[in-house]
Amino acid sequence: MTEPLSMTASRPRIGTGSDAEKRLKARYRAEKRFRAYGLISIAIALLFLVVLLGSIVSRGWTAFTQTYIQLPVTFDAETIDPDGTREPGALSSADYRAVINAALEKKFPEIADDRRARNDVKKLISSGAELELRKRVLADPKIIGTTLDLWLPASAPADQVVKGNAQHDESSGLSEGALVKLDALSASGSVERKFNRYLFSNSDSREPELAGLLGAVVGSFYSLLITLTLSFPLGVAAAVYLEEFAKRNRFTDLIEVNINNLAAVPSIVFGLLALEIFLNVLGLPRSAPLVGGLALTLVSLPTIIIAARVALKAVPPWIREAAQGLGASRQQMVTHHVLPLAMPGILTGTIIAMARAIGETAPLLTIGMVAFVVDVPATPLDPATALPVQVYLWATSVERAFVERTSAAILVLLACLVAMNATAIYLRKKFERRW
Amino acid sequence: MQFLTLLLALLLISAAVYRLGARHAVRLSGGTRSLHSLPSYYGYYVALWCGLPALLLAAGWMIFSPLILKSLVMDALPPDTLSLPAARLSLLMNEVKQMAASGDYRYASDEVSRAAAEHYHALHTISFAAMCVASLCVALVGAWYGRSRISPKLRARNAVEGMVTLFLIASSTIAIFTTIGIVLSLLFESLRFFAKVPVFDFLFGLNWSPQTAMRSDQVGSSGAFGAVPLFTGTLLISLIAMAVAVPIGLLSAIYMAEYAHPKFRAVAKPLLEILAGIPTVVYGFFAVLTVAPALRAFGASIGLSISAESALSTGIVMGVMIIPFISSLSDDVISAVPDALRHGSYGLGATRSETIRQVVLTAALPGIVGSVLLAVSRAIGETMIVVMAAGLSAHLTANPLQSVTTVTVQIVTLLVGDQEFDSPKTLSAFALGLVLFCVTLALNVVALNVVRKYREKYD
Repeated sequence: MTEPLSMTASRPRIGTGSDAEKRLKARYRAEKRFRAYGLISIAIALLFLVVLLGSIVSRGWTAFTQTYIQLPVTFDAETIDPDGTREPGALSSADYRAVINAALEKKFPEIADDRRARNDVKKLISSGAELELRKRVLADPKIIGTTLDLWLPASAPADQVVKGNAQHDESSGLSEGALVKLDALSASGSVERKFNRYLFSNSDSREPELAGLLGAVVGSFYSLLITLTLSFPLGVAAAVYLEEFAKRNRFTDLIEVNINNLAAVPSIVFGLLALEIFLNVLGLPRSAPLVGGLALTLVSLPTIIIAARVALKAVPPWIREAAQGLGASRQQMVTHHVLPLAMPGILTGTIIAMARAIGETAPLLTIGMVAFVVDVPATPLDPATALPVQVYLWATSVERAFVERTSAAILVLLACLVAMNATAIYLRKKFERRW
Repeated sequence: MQFLTLLLALLLISAAVYRLGARHAVRLSGGTRSLHSLPSYYGYYVALWCGLPALLLAAGWMIFSPLILKSLVMDALPPDTLSLPAARLSLLMNEVKQMAASGDYRYASDEVSRAAAEHYHALHTISFAAMCVASLCVALVGAWYGRSRISPKLRARNAVEGMVTLFLIASSTIAIFTTIGIVLSLLFESLRFFAKVPVFDFLFGLNWSPQTAMRSDQVGSSGAFGAVPLFTGTLLISLIAMAVAVPIGLLSAIYMAEYAHPKFRAVAKPLLEILAGIPTVVYGFFAVLTVAPALRAFGASIGLSISAESALSTGIVMGVMIIPFISSLSDDVISAVPDALRHGSYGLGATRSETIRQVVLTAALPGIVGSVLLAVSRAIGETMIVVMAAGLSAHLTANPLQSVTTVTVQIVTLLVGDQEFDSPKTLSAFALGLVLFCVTLALNVVALNVVRKYREKYD
């Protein structure tokens, strides 16, 4: 083998003058520079990766905790159930805000006569606390009349101040008086950060501290399920036909050109197609994961077909010859031998295509999966959002506290991607066969 | 959901019938010896006769029954409702359908729609029950027919394999139908748009403000649909993205293919590909929250005013997204250049970098051009980054520090929210989509051809 000129080996001395020496040195310097350019480019690209992930993790990790404030809550029978009936209907429509306000006044007796101070302090507690109290009372009406030290969720501005995401001044949305009280609370150990259940048990909400991902995760799950059940069999069937049965002619060439093109068509175009065909022509419901899944099927089919074809191609021809030699029909040869051998590769390709589909946003926007949906979708026909769409929705929200939630949503999305890709890599490593 | 139950029932019946058919075949021939095919094929044969016609019937019913139901309900509407304008009527029917689907009549706008919704709901229930009965009957009749055809001479395997081949061919033609569907749906809505706005005005007009077309009595009610600012905006952002991605991507590809130690390559290449796996919505968020403010602060420190939605920040982030795309494609073509060319160059005394620049890159040029073209098509069609990070208002400018808007941004903003398929505002999104599809298609075809031609040369 011919080796390139190396810098340390003895140089072939063709020219002997000092000019030649200089030229050679310049050439070696150019060589070094060129090499450095390559390394620098890789370093820049990796730097971007680190900055990207770093900025999201540093912003998002705080969203996995939630600030709680401890208050001595008196479940006053007069306020909650003035008639004394203890009926669930009456208990669930009771004024729990009044209960919380009373608890705040008890903690800070000095605000009782000052309406402004009272209003300031009220802003520390989230409206989710009312639901919390209602749940407790409904679960056990006997606690009415007692006083309990309860941890109540803090409001978004208070939460952001405690986490240090917002500045400790009025720009945080809290007044001077409220901040003083917040400091007093945390000095007395009544402020704590606990795991953020709401992020995983709630759906979208107008209140940042109560907004969660459950609806979006379920929506994504339904869409992906539909995408998988449709695109896997169809993709494998198409790949098997093109790889194992089709004769090379104009028709198969046409199919091949189409698949390769569709793989590179912008996904928003598939969104337009889905809007026109599935919503306008077929009249399927708007914002439904069913339509989202159908759109994502069209987006991911070319990828799956191409991956499945590569996997089928990798099965050596003598497997086919042996099967046919023993009297198998072509279809028996494919279903009994070729497909099982190609399956790990096909599955890997499918998982990677699904990982792309879960992050796909644009086609979901045009079919209306961007609505503000508070309920968790019960079926694939109910209005829903999806994880990446939730990221988009929160990212475009004006409330500053949503920045943290958005980053957390991205982290959840990335965790799904990592899990899927890790499965794909594991499958490849475990079942990879070299012939 | 109920439909899913029906599907499940049909599948279960078919599975049961499969066993029936297989056993029946064995019994008829008194053993498997004299059968033409394996017993399982007789099972599949009967199962296909049982399940397929029933499924087709159910699918056809699902597609056509809403149309029939709608016309039945429309016929039953009072005459003064029927004389409403078509747009109002279709709104009413939508409301009726929605109420009937949810079974919630509380929010009916008037008695007529409420009655119609109840009528619709009743008809729908009858229709669904009729469909279930009909398809189950067809399944049973099919199973009986299939079973009666079984004889030891029956070429069950050939019949079953014929059906499977049909399914395989049908699956592989989906790609063609998708393309046809894209072209037809874009073309159809675009033609409706061009009936309202001349093609020439759309392609060469310099003013884009579709949002003004709100009310017919407003000043400037027609809106302005000159798409040139969108095209220039898309080009500007793609150009910036390419200015970032091509040098970085190409140089990393060269280093990976020519210089890197295999161990380094094994670590760095997957890391670079992570950039390609990150959803674009994440890049959009990154652009808005990190890159744009950083650029703004930098601009302020040297006395430049940079817009918060500048083309520069959007383009840079898009470029980062495209880096792995270019680097992995170029890596492939550079690695495909035969070593003989390199050896020849070394033999003449060239250094490595001279060989790469003057021999390898020249040989790989068509492939690299192809990969760059594919990347350009990707940049033009990229949606989420620009939707989040680029501006909404169209400016005709080449200044990268200003905010520009792109074709994809406009498609999304025009279609998110209320869609009215009779206003040029909504229809223009499809015209933009058609332009986008044509441009990316042309780029893809050229790029794929260039890449393929090149590959054939060295294989």
